Amino acid sequence: MRVLVIEDDRETAQFLQRSLRESGHAADIAGDGENGLAMAREGRYDVLIVDRMLPRRDGLSVVQTLRAEGARTPVLILSALGEVDDRVKGLRAGGDDYLTKPYAYTELLARIEALARRPAPEEQATRYIVGELALDRLSHKVTRAGESIPLQPREFRLLEYLMKHAGQVVTRTMLLENVWDYHFDPQTNVIDVHISRLRSKIDKNFAKPLLQTVRGAGYMIRDGAD
Amino acid sequence: MTALIRLLSSTPFRLTLAYMGAFVVAAALIVGFIAWRANDLLTNKVVETLEAEVTGLREQFQAGGAERLAAVVAQRAGEPGSGLYLLVDATGRKVAGNLDRVPPELAGTDRGSVFNYARTAPARRGTVSRLAVGVPLPVPGGLMLIVGRDIEDLHRFAGTMGQLGLWSIALLSILGIGAGLAVSRSVLRRIETITDASRTIMSGDLSKRIPLDGSGDELDRLSESLNGMLARIEELIVALREVSDNIAHDLKTPLNRLRNRAEAALAHPDGAASHRDGLVKTIEEADELIKTFNSLLLIARLEGGAVAESMGPVDPASIVGDIAELYEPVAEEAGLALETSAAKGLGLVVNRELVSQAVANLVDNAIKYSIDDNRPRSADGAARPKIILSMARVGDSIEIAVADHGPGVAPQDRERALQRFVRLEKSRSLPGSGLGLSLVAAVARLHGGSVRLEDNAPGLRAVLTLPTRAIG
Repeated sequence: MRVLVIEDDRETAQFLQRSLRESGHAADIAGDGENGLAMAREGRYDVLIVDRMLPRRDGLSVVQTLRAEGARTPVLILSALGEVDDRVKGLRAGGDDYLTKPYAYTELLARIEALARRPAPEEQATRYIVGELALDRLSHKVTRAGESIPLQPREFRLLEYLMKHAGQVVTRTMLLENVWDYHFDPQTNVIDVHISRLRSKIDKNFAKPLLQTVRGAGYMIRDGAD
Repeated sequence: MTALIRLLSSTPFRLTLAYMGAFVVAAALIVGFIAWRANDLLTNKVVETLEAEVTGLREQFQAGGAERLAAVVAQRAGEPGSGLYLLVDATGRKVAGNLDRVPPELAGTDRGSVFNYARTAPARRGTVSRLAVGVPLPVPGGLMLIVGRDIEDLHRFAGTMGQLGLWSIALLSILGIGAGLAVSRSVLRRIETITDASRTIMSGDLSKRIPLDGSGDELDRLSESLNGMLARIEELIVALREVSDNIAHDLKTPLNRLRNRAEAALAHPDGAASHRDGLVKTIEEADELIKTFNSLLLIARLEGGAVAESMGPVDPASIVGDIAELYEPVAEEAGLALETSAAKGLGLVVNRELVSQAVANLVDNAIKYSIDDNRPRSADGAARPKIILSMARVGDSIEIAVADHGPGVAPQDRERALQRFVRLEKSRSLPGSGLGLSLVAAVARLHGGSVRLEDNAPGLRAVLTLPTRAIG
């Protein structure tokens, strides 16, 4: 995918560009808000990474302008500000996701991949299938190899989110935000315990594990090669 | 010399001077007015007497002619007192009276005037000049009558009074300035002690206090509240120092660990695989550090208090329920039972995220401190130690309590446990930043509530109180 990084700190921008290229994505850099806006308007990008504080034009204003012009390119807002209300402001301005500095590159990568492949609301599938695992969003039924698996409501939402992003790394923070709607870091890794519970239900009695732990990043569900 | 200048330019002294000035002007005005009125009154009295006399003499003349007038004048002039008379004929020769001659001030005029006359003074064997007032009165037949009054005594009296007034004003001024100086000096001396004390404090000795004289007056009370302020500042600085010591400990230790890991991985002879392993661990350490920094920043911001915008109506039961649901598997994993009881139908206006985080921290702590490594973990639910998460309305507040059967916190440590970075000795070995409870306290303060730690006999009961005001 093509990513536009609008970031005024050269070193950060170049690190992102290099890392994104190594992850197999194309990345361009814009060093200020005006340039960033002009480049984003060309519409060649799948995802925009926008720093909040930019010279010449503030990051939020870039996003607001693009949204006002009807551009629907997914935007990840990066911010060094950690104010309690900042996330709300960022999302209200038209950002699709919000990440506070300092962040882990794996977190950023997982998030922009999730953003880029996010289907438009009307295209959302009613059934997710990964290998022999199937989840029906309407009837709330989960089956593996035709065998029904009973899940708690939260376990269902957890699996639903993982399957929606099948084949992609999903971080613990992303799960906490999207499944539980919490934006704080719990001191204990509560997510791991929930994942292991879910895993015991969907993978325990089967030879091939679907729910995998990606070390240093998070989790991924896929009908993998290994 | 500088002390004198300081004294003279002190506020109390300047106030005294201003006060004195106003007083002297007022006194001078009053004395002047009284003198003027008294003079007026006495003059009128003299004029009235003269007029009566003139009327009387005119009647005598009309009744008995010039001879009778001369006789009456001669008789009256002989009487002791202050009456002055002179009757002269057309040639200016004295006919009768006790004045020797027509005073020049009254010659050739028909208006009354003040004049000087000579009077024999037996004590001095000569004459003295005295002040008098008189009117010339032409009498038919070419005669001239002068009737007057001696006002020398009155004049003297007025003069004495005037001088007395001036002297008293001068005396009062001197006394006033003296008193002003004395008052200024004592006030100045006390203010100097305050100034000296604050100089010492400014130069770094925070334990110095302003001495009190125990009089309980406004300077004493000012000193007392300044001392209170100083005590608070000292307390804060000590707390700050403690915090920075704790930061040094709690951030330096993981930083050092991080560095050691990286170094060890680099030095490892196995190459790529162990480098990779070392890097993964390094990143994990770095993430923990970032978490600690984020918590610190969040607490600082909450203490700045500016998130009113993101507050909204929330059902506290859903906050408690969601957190319980999040932590229930964690508790179970740790061999504990997390039980929840939440009152229904209540409302709060809070920041859901922050209150959830606060409750999560309390539950997290309860789980962390309930884990007993010596106790075998059994799958038997009944035997597992309980953590009870409850929410109920108490008066105008909602109390969210987390009770555990862990080691608890000693009563004397409870206050300290809520402070930033404070980790009671027993917990130093457990993971965590030591910011959990202080974040809870900061969230509580932001919402106008409080946190308290209680004895759960055995264990700890942490209670987060949030006021329900602003719910319609």
